[in-house]
Amino acid sequence: MTGQLAVDPMLEGGIGWAVVLVVVVKVLLVFVVGLVATMLMVWFERKVIAGMQNRVGPNKAGPFGLLQTLADGIKLFFKEDLLPERADKFVFRLAPYLALVPAFLAFAIIPLGGDFRGDKAGIVTLLGQQTRLQLADPPVGVLFALAISSIAVYGIMLAGWSSGSKYPLLGSVRASAQMVSYEAALGLSLGCVLLVSGTLSTAGIVDLQTSIGNWNIVTTGFVPFVIFLIAATAELNRPPFDLVEAEQELVGGFNTEYASIRFALFFLAEFMNTITMSALIVTLFFGGPQPIGIGDTTIDLPIPNAIEGTVWLLIKVIAFLYVYVWFRATLPRLRYDQLMDLGWKVLIPGSLAWFMLLAAQRVGREAGWDQVVVTLATALVLLGGYGLLSRANRVSRENRERDGAQF
Amino acid sequence: MALFVFVCSAAMILVGALGVVTRSNPVHAALSLVLTLFGVAVTFVALQAHFLAAVQVIVYAGAIVVLFLFVIMLLGVDRAENLRIEPLRVQRPLAFVVSTGVAAVVIAAIVRARDSLADPSRGLAPTGADAHDANVREIAREIFSSNTFAFELTSVLLLVAVVGTVLLARRQRSPGAGHPVRP
Repeated sequence: MTGQLAVDPMLEGGIGWAVVLVVVVKVLLVFVVGLVATMLMVWFERKVIAGMQNRVGPNKAGPFGLLQTLADGIKLFFKEDLLPERADKFVFRLAPYLALVPAFLAFAIIPLGGDFRGDKAGIVTLLGQQTRLQLADPPVGVLFALAISSIAVYGIMLAGWSSGSKYPLLGSVRASAQMVSYEAALGLSLGCVLLVSGTLSTAGIVDLQTSIGNWNIVTTGFVPFVIFLIAATAELNRPPFDLVEAEQELVGGFNTEYASIRFALFFLAEFMNTITMSALIVTLFFGGPQPIGIGDTTIDLPIPNAIEGTVWLLIKVIAFLYVYVWFRATLPRLRYDQLMDLGWKVLIPGSLAWFMLLAAQRVGREAGWDQVVVTLATALVLLGGYGLLSRANRVSRENRERDGAQF
Repeated sequence: MALFVFVCSAAMILVGALGVVTRSNPVHAALSLVLTLFGVAVTFVALQAHFLAAVQVIVYAGAIVVLFLFVIMLLGVDRAENLRIEPLRVQRPLAFVVSTGVAAVVIAAIVRARDSLADPSRGLAPTGADAHDANVREIAREIFSSNTFAFELTSVLLLVAVVGTVLLARRQRSPGAGHPVRP
C-alpha cells in the first residue's frame, strides 16, 4: 500500500508514532485554522463593506469588533432550533452537514506553506519526519477539489427541498442549475492549468511556479484565470451570483426555514468555501506559498524560509478574499437568464476554445512546428467556431422574440 | 486492511442499492444512489484506480444525480409513490427476467475470470502505480492510442443524443398555439 495514499515522503515506509502524531496535528491545525479563518473572514467582510459604504461596521465586541462573529455564533447556538412541520425530517437535519463537510475537506489539499526554493519542493522537517505542509496530497490532486465542489451542491439543494416550502425549493432549483452549469467552465479552465503544469498534484503545480514569469496566470495566458475566477464565484453562490439566496425574491433562499445552529453551519460552510476557493486560485495561478520573484531575484522576507511560505500564502489569499468582498460590495446581482447566458454561451465555449489553443501549441512544440503558424491557424479555426455559435445564438433569439418571449 | 476497505465499500454499495429499490420517495432513492456511487468510488481507490474514483464522483455523484434531483424537484414528483399501483402490467415480470439475466451474466463472468482474479499480481493496478500521475497517463494512452475509434464513436453517440433531445424539445408547435417556430 506504500505510496498509494500520497506522495508525501513521510507516509512512505513504516508508520511510527511520530508520523501519526504529525498527521493528527495537521488535521487539528487545518480544522482550527479553518474555523478561526472563517471567523476573521466574516469580520473582514463586514468591516470592508462598511468602509466602502461609509459606515463604521462592527466595533463593539472586542478590539475593532473582532469578536463580533464569535458573539453571533454563541447567540446562534442558544437560539431555538425549529423543525418545520412539512419538512423531510431526515434530509432537513442532514443537509447542513453535507454543506459543511465538503467545505473543510477541500482545504486538505491546499499546500499551506513550506519551502519551495531550489529543489526542496516544499518539504520541511517536523519531529524528524520529512513532510509537506499540507494535510493530504492524493494522487488525483486538484481533481479532488473539483470532486468536492461538485458534492457541495447537495447541501444547498437538499436544504431547499427538504424545507417543504416554496421559496427554499426555488432557491435550491436555482442552485443546482447554476452550480452544474458553472462547474463545466471551472473544470475546463482548470484543465488549462493541468495542461501547462503536466501534473495533478497541488504541490507539483506550486513547485513549477518559481517566479512571476512562471506563474500559471502568465503561462496559461490570463483567460483561464478570469474564467476560473468567475466560475468559482458562481460555484460559491457569492454576489453577483447569489441568486440562490436572493433575499428580495426568495425571502432567504435555500436557508429560509433554517434557524439556530443549523443556519450557523450553512453560514460557516459558505465563508469556509470562499477561503478555500481563494486558496485554490492562489495555488493554481499565483504560485501558492512561493515567494514573489521576477526572474532570478525573489523577495526574501526576514523570517525562516519554512515559515515564509505560509506568510506568502496568507498575503495572496487575503488579496483574493478582498477581491470577493469587493465583488459583493460593487456588483449588482445577475438576472437568471443572464446567469445562464454567461455560463453556457460565453464561459464554457471560451474556456474550451482557450484549452484547445493551449493544446495545439503544445502539440506544435513537440512536433517542432512554427509556434506563430500553429497559433494563427488555431485562432482562425476557433474564430470560425465563434462565428457559427454567435449566428446560432442570433437565430434562436429571433425565434424566441417571434414567439413572444420577453428576453 | 484491504479486506476492511472492501467490506465497508461493499456494505455502502449494497445498502445504497437496496435503498434505491425500496425507498418510495424519489429523492431518498436518488440519495441512496449517491451512497452506492461513493461506495464504488471507494472500491476504485482500493484498486488503485484513483483517477476513475475522482471521475466517478465528479460525473456521477456531482452531475448526473444532481440532474436527477433537479428534474424530480422541477416536476414536483417528490412525494412518496404507492408501490402497489402498477401502471404497466408487464414491467414487473420483465424486470424479474432482466435482473436474473444480469445476475447470471455477472456470476458467469466471475466464474470464468476466477483464475486471474485470484492472482493479485494481475490486478487493475497500472504499471508503476506508485508514480504520481500513473493513472492519468495509462488511461490517456489507452483511450487516445489503442481505443481512439471506440472513443470517438462514443462522443458521436453523445452528440446525437444531445441533438435529438433538442429536436424533441423544440418541436414545431401546432398552428393554433401562437406563431410557428422554426426548428
